Amino acid sequence: MTAEAADLRAGSIVRGGWLVKLTVFLIVAMWTLPSLGLLVNSFRSSVDSSETGWWTSLFNPVATEWTLDNYSRVLTSGGLFDALINSLIVTIPSTVIPITLAAFAAYAFAWLKFRGRSLLFGVIVGLLVVPLQLSLVPLLKIYQATELTGSFLGIWLAHTGFGLPLAVFLLYNYISQLPKDIFESAFIDGATPFTAFSRLVLPLSIPALASFAIFQFLWVWNDFLVALVFLGGSSDVAVLTIELASIVGSRGEAFHLLTAAAFVSMAIPLIVFLSLQRFFVRGLLAGSVKG
Amino acid sequence: MAQAVAPRAPSSLRIVRAVAFAVAVTIAIWLGLRVLRSPDIFSSLGPNLSKLGQALVAIVVGVGGVWALFVAANSLVESLPTGIGTRLRPYVFVLPAAAVVGVYLIYPTAGTVVESFTAVPEGASPLANYEQAFTSEEVLLALRNNLIWLLVAPAAAVVIGLAFAALVDRIKWEALAKSFVFLPLAVSFVGASVIWKFVYAWKPPREEQIGILNAAWVGVGRWLVSLGLIDEVEAVAWLQQIPWNTLALIAIMIWLQVGFAMVVLSAAIKGVPHELTEAARIDGATELQTFFRITIPTIRGSILTVFTTIAIAVLKVFDIIFVTTGGNFDTSVVAVRMYQEMFRFRNFGQATTMAVILLLAVVPIMIVNIRNLRRQGVGT
Repeated sequence: MTAEAADLRAGSIVRGGWLVKLTVFLIVAMWTLPSLGLLVNSFRSSVDSSETGWWTSLFNPVATEWTLDNYSRVLTSGGLFDALINSLIVTIPSTVIPITLAAFAAYAFAWLKFRGRSLLFGVIVGLLVVPLQLSLVPLLKIYQATELTGSFLGIWLAHTGFGLPLAVFLLYNYISQLPKDIFESAFIDGATPFTAFSRLVLPLSIPALASFAIFQFLWVWNDFLVALVFLGGSSDVAVLTIELASIVGSRGEAFHLLTAAAFVSMAIPLIVFLSLQRFFVRGLLAGSVKG
Repeated sequence: MAQAVAPRAPSSLRIVRAVAFAVAVTIAIWLGLRVLRSPDIFSSLGPNLSKLGQALVAIVVGVGGVWALFVAANSLVESLPTGIGTRLRPYVFVLPAAAVVGVYLIYPTAGTVVESFTAVPEGASPLANYEQAFTSEEVLLALRNNLIWLLVAPAAAVVIGLAFAALVDRIKWEALAKSFVFLPLAVSFVGASVIWKFVYAWKPPREEQIGILNAAWVGVGRWLVSLGLIDEVEAVAWLQQIPWNTLALIAIMIWLQVGFAMVVLSAAIKGVPHELTEAARIDGATELQTFFRITIPTIRGSILTVFTTIAIAVLKVFDIIFVTTGGNFDTSVVAVRMYQEMFRFRNFGQATTMAVILLLAVVPIMIVNIRNLRRQGVGT
């Protein structure tokens, strides 16, 4: 038996030659260099990063003046720190509220009988196909009439509305598959639907809840358009993406802080993402339909 | 459970208690929201602490509020006589979601479609907005750009993602290599635009190039000049040079989406039954033949999912263009056009028309996507 045949028998994967390795390496390089450049620049002085390429510092790390100045300026000089907190204020409720509404609704759709059930479910999930741009003009008019523009409540509800169809869809798929007998024995023991929901459905649905939560968290954190339309540019409520975009546009004195600001804005999603990747991949597969 | 057996309080008392609780919750949330609207209340704490105090209130109100409302509504229903309570209860669970969807999706979508036909000058035909759109050079340019995005970005992301997923399967440091390509998924479109603005940075010819693309371009160019193959080389303003700037922007999208394509397709490739590929190899098929004739047909459902998903994201693309070029230098797309009609020109008739055009473009792709997902049973 040749070595190759033995490999096949054992079901092992054929290892790639140098061409495979080179291609993989090139793709990895192309996907890493842009961010690496920004990262390196964020630790260089403003003069350095506007006069020489970032790679010159990598080739000559000793002669380079590395500095944390950009970060300390970004975090202490108002705007960006407030924007960081605003992003948290916007994102956490905008993740929890749709999950809560969707979990209650998904539970009722899956396990309670009531009139109009399948119609209502069909309509909510069907709205997955509608891009959120369709909502902007009429909602903006409502918001201006009710003074919801620029309020956190306004953007929480907007993100809830835009996230709900996907949340209901995902959670229904999961909750409707829970075994029937657990509900029956709970009801025999005298549980109300509400206690059955909070003591049984929620704990059992954690994987589905987590994957939607990560998906929605990243989506809201990274959102620009919804924040731009409903929060506006007022610095009291501006979130990180808005602040970052305004630094890009400014070209003024803040411009050299852009690199550090960009990394501050990426820190939290990267942490969430790396620590909960497992759930995210699942949500990614199912969430690919978000409108 | 104990409370079901214990004698219940007289029903009128239970109703009063439940109503009182609901009123208390409502007032508490209202107060909390008032506090959020006037953050000056915290100002005695100093700037940073006051911001954190505001965040704390916001999170308690937003997260706790939604739960308190459900608990209050539920205890209201449970306080009612059994028959009515049982019939009402499902609606307590479903109506909040239905109401939000009604206000945020159903009503405005209908409103947008209606407005695109009614927000026309007096006496003009209901189609006036569409006539204006399809004869306006800017809109046609935006549509053409959307089409270029649609033709290039999804296909490129799928091909690169698929190639990478297939190749990385065969090297030792697979997990590490994948995570590098995967990371941009966590980056916002705005963040990615900033990253790439530095890649595309342009400096006048006399100065040193600080963007890596222009540095490479000029470096290679000078080498070719020294070989006598070309006469001269100049740094390129990638984001201003029509028509290449649209491709430069599309590259940002591809950079962001390949990670998604790679993850989904890599999972699919690993799911291809080993007997299939093994049988092909034993029959003498080369690696390439096995890949194109066995692997790809087996995972075509996943390929379609990835393609349609990216296609939808591409049709709605906004942030990348808004942040980098603002739609100037012939790079505008429909979503950017819509934003400008809304906020710069205050022309809601044109803005809603742009939205309807987007809807018409997205719906067919979305239907293919959802059908395909159902077939694969994703999410169940």
